[in-house]
Amino acid sequence: MAVIEVIDLRVELTNGLDVVDEVSFSVDAGEVLGLVGESGSGKTTIGTSLLGYVRGGARIAGGRVVVDGVDVLAASHAELTRLRGKAIAYVPQDPAAGLNPARRIGRQLAEVVKVHQPSLGDDAVRARIAQVLGEVKLPQGRELLERYPHQLSGGQQQRVMLALAFVNRPKAIVLDEPTTGLDVTTQAHVLDTVRELCATHRVAAVYVSHDLALVKGLADHVVVAYAGRVVERARCAELFRHPAHPYSRALLDAIPDVNQRRELIVIQGHAPAPGQRPSGCAFADRCRYALPECREAQPDLRRIGEEHAARCFRAEEVGAMPAPLRLQALERPAAAVDAPVLAVRGLNASYGGTRILHDVAFTLERGRCLALVGESGSGKTTLSRCLIGLHAQWDGEASYKGQALARSARSRPASVRHELQYVFQNPYKALNPRHAVGASVAAPLAHFFGVRGREATVRVGEALERVSLPAALAGRLPRELSGGERQRVAIARALVCEPEVLICDEITSALDVSVQAAILELLEELEQERGLTLLFVTHNLAVVRAIATDVAVLRAGRIVEAGPTGRVLDDPEHGYTRELIADSPTLLEAGGSGASAGVSSSNNPGRGQESPW
Amino acid sequence: MSVDAVVMMLPPPRAGRRDVVRAALGHGRTRVGVVLAGLVLAIALLGPFFAPHDPGAIVARPYAPAGPGMPLGADYLGEDVLSRVLWGGSRVVWTSLVATLLAVLLGGTLGLVAGYARNRLDTLLLWAMDVVMAFPLLVLVLLFVSLLGRSPWLTVLLVGLGWTPVVGRLARAVTLETVGNEFIESAEMMGFSRRRILFRELLPNVVTPLLVQAGALLTWSIGIMAGLSFLGLGVQPPNADWGLMTNENFAGLTIQPWAVAAPIACIAVFTVGINLIAEGFARAISGVRERD
Repeated sequence: MAVIEVIDLRVELTNGLDVVDEVSFSVDAGEVLGLVGESGSGKTTIGTSLLGYVRGGARIAGGRVVVDGVDVLAASHAELTRLRGKAIAYVPQDPAAGLNPARRIGRQLAEVVKVHQPSLGDDAVRARIAQVLGEVKLPQGRELLERYPHQLSGGQQQRVMLALAFVNRPKAIVLDEPTTGLDVTTQAHVLDTVRELCATHRVAAVYVSHDLALVKGLADHVVVAYAGRVVERARCAELFRHPAHPYSRALLDAIPDVNQRRELIVIQGHAPAPGQRPSGCAFADRCRYALPECREAQPDLRRIGEEHAARCFRAEEVGAMPAPLRLQALERPAAAVDAPVLAVRGLNASYGGTRILHDVAFTLERGRCLALVGESGSGKTTLSRCLIGLHAQWDGEASYKGQALARSARSRPASVRHELQYVFQNPYKALNPRHAVGASVAAPLAHFFGVRGREATVRVGEALERVSLPAALAGRLPRELSGGERQRVAIARALVCEPEVLICDEITSALDVSVQAAILELLEELEQERGLTLLFVTHNLAVVRAIATDVAVLRAGRIVEAGPTGRVLDDPEHGYTRELIADSPTLLEAGGSGASAGVSSSNNPGRGQESPW
Repeated sequence: MSVDAVVMMLPPPRAGRRDVVRAALGHGRTRVGVVLAGLVLAIALLGPFFAPHDPGAIVARPYAPAGPGMPLGADYLGEDVLSRVLWGGSRVVWTSLVATLLAVLLGGTLGLVAGYARNRLDTLLLWAMDVVMAFPLLVLVLLFVSLLGRSPWLTVLLVGLGWTPVVGRLARAVTLETVGNEFIESAEMMGFSRRRILFRELLPNVVTPLLVQAGALLTWSIGIMAGLSFLGLGVQPPNADWGLMTNENFAGLTIQPWAVAAPIACIAVFTVGINLIAEGFARAISGVRERD
């Protein structure tokens, strides 16, 4: 029986533009629905609408949302208050923002129980809290309850959020990307807990995510959202086997996988913003299968099979095409092994009195891409910051082209400063918000090469075009750009410095998968065209598979395993590497790896075999 | 002059100083502010040329009501109120403007340096600013004015220095927030000079809150300048001053309200105007566009 029922939900901005429209789905007790989409797809809006809430500037304009028999949209404020946290709970993306930093964990948990069950005695409340802490796999003693949120790790905070959500035994729960900030291993554990709790207590869950691989391992049904509409709705296995909407197919084509190296296909263009959505199908401009009529009329969400519906005129055709997964030869032609560009030996680094890195050593040859992999706190970012000269508290040997590197960037010669470049994780903070992006790119030109005026304008335009941005973008401010565009500008700023080595710190982690594919493609081109050497810091093994020639796995400040990507990921020697691989969500089943497993692409049917899924 | 004072604090002409001015003037509130502040400025600067009487001339009996030749009546001595209003604005306006400008320039620079340095220099500057802030400004000014004399430049200096920690604290807080951003690290990594990082990278991000603060400070400065004259430590009779006028004619408020209301109205309109301009610029810099 459906616990959550959404019929024709419509959310508008105050100026009448639709953020979300024609959204319908239902979730049964004990079932997990994966709500997948990229930024701007309206997935979070749909998620919070289930609790009768939308962010400021928007309003729920139509449709019905029924949770556990109560019409949420018709409910009064008092009824909603009773409903939220009791019948339906919410787990936000950032647990640190969801917990009150000034109150102890125990009090926050007790508050949620007492609000909904005021008659419960203190002992009963304590017993209930102890029980739920056990369920979310947190220690049940007093010690945890006495702590403040900042004294917990990210994973523990998220478990506390789960405890808050499950403490009143809700009938339904909305989880909004609750594992985005967590390490793969922690993520895997949290997901296990979610799966187990929903099954045991027959909770209907809506899991909002941008990560298809993660949803594949968790959900029973999947809803794919694009530009505020449901474009496809199917049973999980069916969606991954026969994606019937071109967008679902394109998304699957754009994500790298930990188990096999595959060709990533970039989705061209942007998702249209509210108000700029075309009259026809919102995806038509980016669609490989678009027909003239796609631009004229908007297709309806049509049933195309048992529990499978898609919003496409050609859904049956697209669904019948071979599975979209494309594989390609595992190892790239390795660049000729040169003398190392970057060599590190016996590097120890600390923050204050804490040792972060212990005796780190590696070499990096020209034209290769070394991925530094590890969980948060493993020291991978500290290592990259030592190398670029932003963290000065280290000793040991680090040399660039045989020349020892000074600790701080300021004491390095200009040639080293421009040949070693760094791209930061967060594209929203990496560009000065008060400078036009062209000015940000031009600044190093003037600084290193004395290039100014007209020539600088030309060079900036070239650099922007090199990263697939129009040169006209130079006059815009960063806030007028999307996250992916900003990251490209940051890369362009590094490129005008004519770098030999580019250090990339988690540069795709804040981006959508389709944008990630485009950035990875760009880096690979640069590597091949210019012989650029990459040091790629990431926690995402799928990205490693896509881009790196070599991997070094960091754990608690030590390199525990290093080697060529294919060898390390297919045949890991260290237990920790194996654990990381096992915990990474995957689209493919593990094990069946092999360099020659060429699976057909829709463009090359001749090469084909059957999909491994 | 007021707009110039604000424009001087804007980021270097990168995205275009003129564009910011144009964007600011696109806001209705800025235009209203310019009209209001401009009106009072015009009274203060050009007023003496249009005054029908000498500010010290006795033209009627004390507190005479409005009549022909003196539309606002006479004050406690029988001087023409309109003439004294026209004569009495220049000093309070320029002293408060210069004092505010001094505080913003000095405090902004100190705050930027302190926030960027984050070392012993920062601690030292913070202590110094806290010491200054510990004294109520008016008391501080009264103390030095009674010791050193009533020179308008001394008051300007004292009030400017008195407000410096207020601006400095704010600038330091905003700088600290900005300095952690990766675009600053990027500049460090490239090896840009520290002065460039301070004034080209950091300053533009600190300017908006400083502008808003400057609007408030100007208001407070006017209050202090007028207050000093009201307390008898500013302009001396028979010279005219808006603050002094409110003091002199306070007793006759019920018989001849114009003598108090007119100078107060001028001060109020000026501060409201300046605040509207500051707000308009703040919005223009942060990129809020007028919606119609």
